[in-house]
Amino acid sequence: MKFKTFAAFVGPSIFLMLLFIAFPLISVFWQSFNVTQPLYEQIEVENCTPGFLTQTCETEIQTRPILDENGDIITRTDFVGLQSYRNVLEMERFWTAVKDWSWSGIQSIDFWKALRFTLMFTLVTLPMVVGFGLAIALVINNAAKMIRGPVIFLSLLPFIITPVIGALSINWLFRGDGILTALLEWWLARDLALFAQAWTIELMMMFYRVWHVAPFAAIIFYAGLQTVNQDSLESAVIDGANRWQRLRLIIVPHLMPLIIFVAMIHLMDTYRVFEEVVGFRSQGYVISLQWLTYDFLTPNEAGIRSISRASASAC
Amino acid sequence: MTAKALRQPAPLRILSNTFLAFWCLIAAFPIFWITVMSFKSPVDAFDSNPLNVIFGPATRADGSGWSVIDMLLGLAVVYFTARLSTRNLPRLVERYSPKGWTVLGWIVAALLVGVGFVVVFFGALPVVTGVLNPLLGPLGRDVIGATTEHYQTVWVDRGFSNNFKNSLIVTAGVVTVSLTVGTLAGYGLARSGSTLAFWILIIALIFRSLPHSVLVAGYLPVFINSAEWLSPILGENAPTLYGKPAAVIAVLVAINQPFTIWMLRSFFSNIPADLDEAARVDGCSHFKAFRLVIMPVMWPGVITTGLFSFLLAYNDFLVTSLLLDASNQTMVPAIAGMFNRETTTTDQVVAVAAAVSITAPLFLLVMVFQRQIVSGLTAGAVKG
Repeated sequence: MKFKTFAAFVGPSIFLMLLFIAFPLISVFWQSFNVTQPLYEQIEVENCTPGFLTQTCETEIQTRPILDENGDIITRTDFVGLQSYRNVLEMERFWTAVKDWSWSGIQSIDFWKALRFTLMFTLVTLPMVVGFGLAIALVINNAAKMIRGPVIFLSLLPFIITPVIGALSINWLFRGDGILTALLEWWLARDLALFAQAWTIELMMMFYRVWHVAPFAAIIFYAGLQTVNQDSLESAVIDGANRWQRLRLIIVPHLMPLIIFVAMIHLMDTYRVFEEVVGFRSQGYVISLQWLTYDFLTPNEAGIRSISRASASAC
Repeated sequence: MTAKALRQPAPLRILSNTFLAFWCLIAAFPIFWITVMSFKSPVDAFDSNPLNVIFGPATRADGSGWSVIDMLLGLAVVYFTARLSTRNLPRLVERYSPKGWTVLGWIVAALLVGVGFVVVFFGALPVVTGVLNPLLGPLGRDVIGATTEHYQTVWVDRGFSNNFKNSLIVTAGVVTVSLTVGTLAGYGLARSGSTLAFWILIIALIFRSLPHSVLVAGYLPVFINSAEWLSPILGENAPTLYGKPAAVIAVLVAINQPFTIWMLRSFFSNIPADLDEAARVDGCSHFKAFRLVIMPVMWPGVITTGLFSFLLAYNDFLVTSLLLDASNQTMVPAIAGMFNRETTTTDQVVAVAAAVSITAPLFLLVMVFQRQIVSGLTAGAVKG
């Protein structure tokens, strides 16, 4: 294929990716060093209230945004270097907290809190997703041919559901005296408030994520199981290997590339964990890195989006 | 090797099947449960006794419920719709759709069946059961409390149909554009084999792993001020891109592009290159070979990739909630807003009904396209 035809085929796709992925990346990087603020001016205002005999007049200094001739607020963009990063990372507070050995001190800074949760979430869910996925794949492979289709259908449901809705539906099972909370309370014979502290919410989020991703892993592993070499399994039986040894020494090595693939995809996806925070409405207790950026981008009470801070936290 | 040597002992088989049943329960239960909840009055929906949630005594006390007759007729309608669409519909589509427009014929047929189902199920059925129920004595008495009022609140009063329309626009746009652009690129990449193609794929993989919020942080200021910087090109009526569905479609297409080209490339690699080489020998240009030889055989891969593009666009929350304003919001951000606003338990059940409404199309999608979804999931992974 000549370069010109290749370019014609691939061109539109490359153009879109450059315009909407590469360009925003550069722009975010640039914005993270700059701050755009409205310009303010200070003016003296004389306020007079009618009084008896004479007016009472007060002068005060007011700060107000400068307007241009169209009535729009004039803004100025300043180069601030690493200031936005400092605002997000809050290194001084971080180091003081480290010096005092105070974990809660570190946790009171949003960025470190989000980082802690994101890392822990990733590390805990990864082995669970791979383990459960493998287990489900093995039992589907073990089941009668007739029921495999319906089982795969049911397994696809958690994977395909809208993440926010999936998190919400798990949330509703537990919220208040939801059915599962009631079950747990009956089982443990004690009163539970699952949404009152961070760690229970984190547990529920992890449960949701494993529920959501395990089917994906299971289906990929199931496809891999179809290609296991039957001859090597049979010779292992002849050599006297038991089931566990066959699983460990033949099946798992055969699936290794797939396990790595699933782990990579899962790492990429959990690093951007976000929907759970929305679905479980946990921003008061638990936040993730991507949610932090999202929060900076939503207009605050004054209607100002702190874009430069968002850029800094995103980089 | 005899099957006997590989036969599993009974305890292992029982254990395996128990685990399977347990998994099916976990997988389906939350979705099943919110569906049940959405039909109940708030008192029943959040009852801690599961039997009360299923049978809904408070809902029944309010005077709305389903009798045995209602349920039997309802199941019959569902059964006949399913039968019609699996048995008779394919033949009818084949016969009546003009040649080469089978896809269009399927879309029209699906719409007709959908509309017909809604009319019969929600329009005609209540009338029939309303006449039958008083006549049949004990069979016509309400057994299960259930009400559709929350769905009415969601779709009519809260303007969810508007959100649905927006979702439809965005997803349809994303699927069409990303498939058009993606098939061309995927074909080019699969047939080129140059170092450049390899690096493009690697960079696409890096792009895929970027958090979406980073990208949105890049768009926001540009989109909000777009009227300013577009005015030299477009003059007076330069649009503000913020809040425009078209802008969101472009963004989602681009975010989806790395995934699309990877997947389509692996599908195109499976189509033997001899096919288009033969066409080239006969004097076709690359584009003509693509159009005449490759397009007729590429549909399985394109449909699968289209399904995943649909899922991405339909399920997206981050991009749509940040780049669209309230007037043309899609369904998922709308329900998140609903959920955050809820104060009373009625509001909560309304939010549940909205959640079920969002999930229903996905449920149908899995039912129809299960095979394609599974093949799409495994295509990328197994072949490496």
